[in-house]
Amino acid sequence: MELPNPVLTASGCGGTGRELAQFFDVVRLGAFVTRSITMAPRAGRPTPRMAETPSGLLNAVGLQGPGVEAFLERELPWLAERGARTVVSLGGGTVAEFTALSRRLADAPGITAVEVNLSCPNVEDRGRMFARDGSAAAEVVASVRAAIRYDVPVIAKLSPDVADIVAVARSCVDGGADALAMINTPAGMSIDVDAMRPALAAGAGGLSGPAVRPLAVRCVWQVHAALPGVPIVGMGGVTTGRDALELILAGACAVAVGTATFHDPYACPRILRELEELLTERGFDRLADAVGLAHRPAGTGPRGRTDLEESSL
Amino acid sequence: MAGSPVQVTGTVLTTRRVDAYHALTVVAPGIADRFRPGHFVTVAAGGRDTAMLTRRALTVHDVKPDYGGTVELVFAVRGAGTAWLSEVKARDTLDIVGPLGRPFPLPRDPCTCVLVGGEYGSASLFALGDALQLRGCRIDFVLGATTAERVFGALRARRMGETTTLTTEDGSLGMRGRVTDVLPGVIADVRADAVYACGPMAMLRGVTAVAVEFGIPVQVAVEEHMACGIGVCMTCVVPVIGEDGVTRMLRSCVEGPVFRGERVRFDDVGTIPFDALGAPGGRNV
Repeated sequence: MELPNPVLTASGCGGTGRELAQFFDVVRLGAFVTRSITMAPRAGRPTPRMAETPSGLLNAVGLQGPGVEAFLERELPWLAERGARTVVSLGGGTVAEFTALSRRLADAPGITAVEVNLSCPNVEDRGRMFARDGSAAAEVVASVRAAIRYDVPVIAKLSPDVADIVAVARSCVDGGADALAMINTPAGMSIDVDAMRPALAAGAGGLSGPAVRPLAVRCVWQVHAALPGVPIVGMGGVTTGRDALELILAGACAVAVGTATFHDPYACPRILRELEELLTERGFDRLADAVGLAHRPAGTGPRGRTDLEESSL
Repeated sequence: MAGSPVQVTGTVLTTRRVDAYHALTVVAPGIADRFRPGHFVTVAAGGRDTAMLTRRALTVHDVKPDYGGTVELVFAVRGAGTAWLSEVKARDTLDIVGPLGRPFPLPRDPCTCVLVGGEYGSASLFALGDALQLRGCRIDFVLGATTAERVFGALRARRMGETTTLTTEDGSLGMRGRVTDVLPGVIADVRADAVYACGPMAMLRGVTAVAVEFGIPVQVAVEEHMACGIGVCMTCVVPVIGEDGVTRMLRSCVEGPVFRGERVRFDDVGTIPFDALGAPGGRNV
């Protein structure tokens, strides 16, 4: 999969694409990643769905969406018309639902890749998410891989809420994933001390924003170290070009921007510009040269500059 | 999408206290040009490197052509973000996105409209009042709040409106009670053709009930918690009945904030009604 640039929207953070198109041309994105599409329409969770935490955002939207038919009728054609590269995120409660969804999308034109949202609760496993277990995750990935067109890459999106993310990543790759995306939001919770009730109607929610960035960097680092040949889309609290570069140095070859878009509608094009400037400043001709560069042994490599850090003496 | 929003870094011209509220006038030509009554804006709070990731949705009180276009924003301090905004000084800059949302629809022909405002919700009614008067409409105000200093814009309402009725729950200004206590009388007296309302959800629910009883149309601007204001975060949803009779969870930032009152399922706000499109275990799946 070749993308013109490494900055994507994160699933569920770019609406249908139309909302962002009011601010910038969606073609300027490396790819537009849709919210997780489900077979049937979903009303989502009750409100309040969102709570602000220090440098973070808790959300429990519950995959509100119109269902795959409306998506194919109204949303995908619009993105295709504009020439946007579209990564369709898939959501489902059972392996069968993922299979059905992939079959439904198999003939649809204008799909650059699919991303499997493995953080969906598995209704056949007491509502525990697929991503928590390598075999469950691999089963979903394999079912999507089998049903979707052979030339459409399958990206497995991993959750950081697991004991061993490398094991889950490896299972997904064995199951047929062409690439990995990480991290989905870790579960968090906030209690309104005045009301003495959980801040979200759903109780717990997914935490995003700069608060989780170190978690994302660690996950990307570990998976890239173990599976250096597998492309990784890094995400988790990217707000600036520097943040994007951090994930790239850890091993991501593309970066998705989520919560930052809520704060700044122009976040994606701005981060891309900042990232390009940083790469040029550091003398990189190609992004690929920076991918995973932080893994090189200490004291080696051509770019051992220390004068870039604020904290350096 | 008509009148698409813009992001501007606006310079703050003036700041003032208006009773219990704060008002900021900001130079924002792109927003002032596109503004229609009912639109709102969002601002980033906390400055550069802020730890507050969500934008604050604010009511536009006034739009003026000076300095190429200014907007006056009105808000109450309700948390860390609005507390930061209340500390903003003249000549500081603010990151504003707007105008956002669906504005108030205006009647085609001159008619009599009652404008109902609760707390600082009344701030958005004055631009509406101007637009209605330009169309030859008669306007009457009903403004209310818990206490006198929380009633916003009473003076201006008295100047603009044919009549102005004020209510406070403690009786410190106008009639003791709520806007919904006096609204039936006002509608009957002025033979109102339509009602516009902006304020807390409970008030909008009451106002809608009164308008429905009189069989006149009611447009309400809802206040829901928002994170982005541009329709991507999906957190500000309210259950609204569509043309087809199906209830959907609509985003108050793009499909609203103005809705036909009788279409909003006020009793079910904060829940997913069982018959909403895509409700868990619902029939409309």
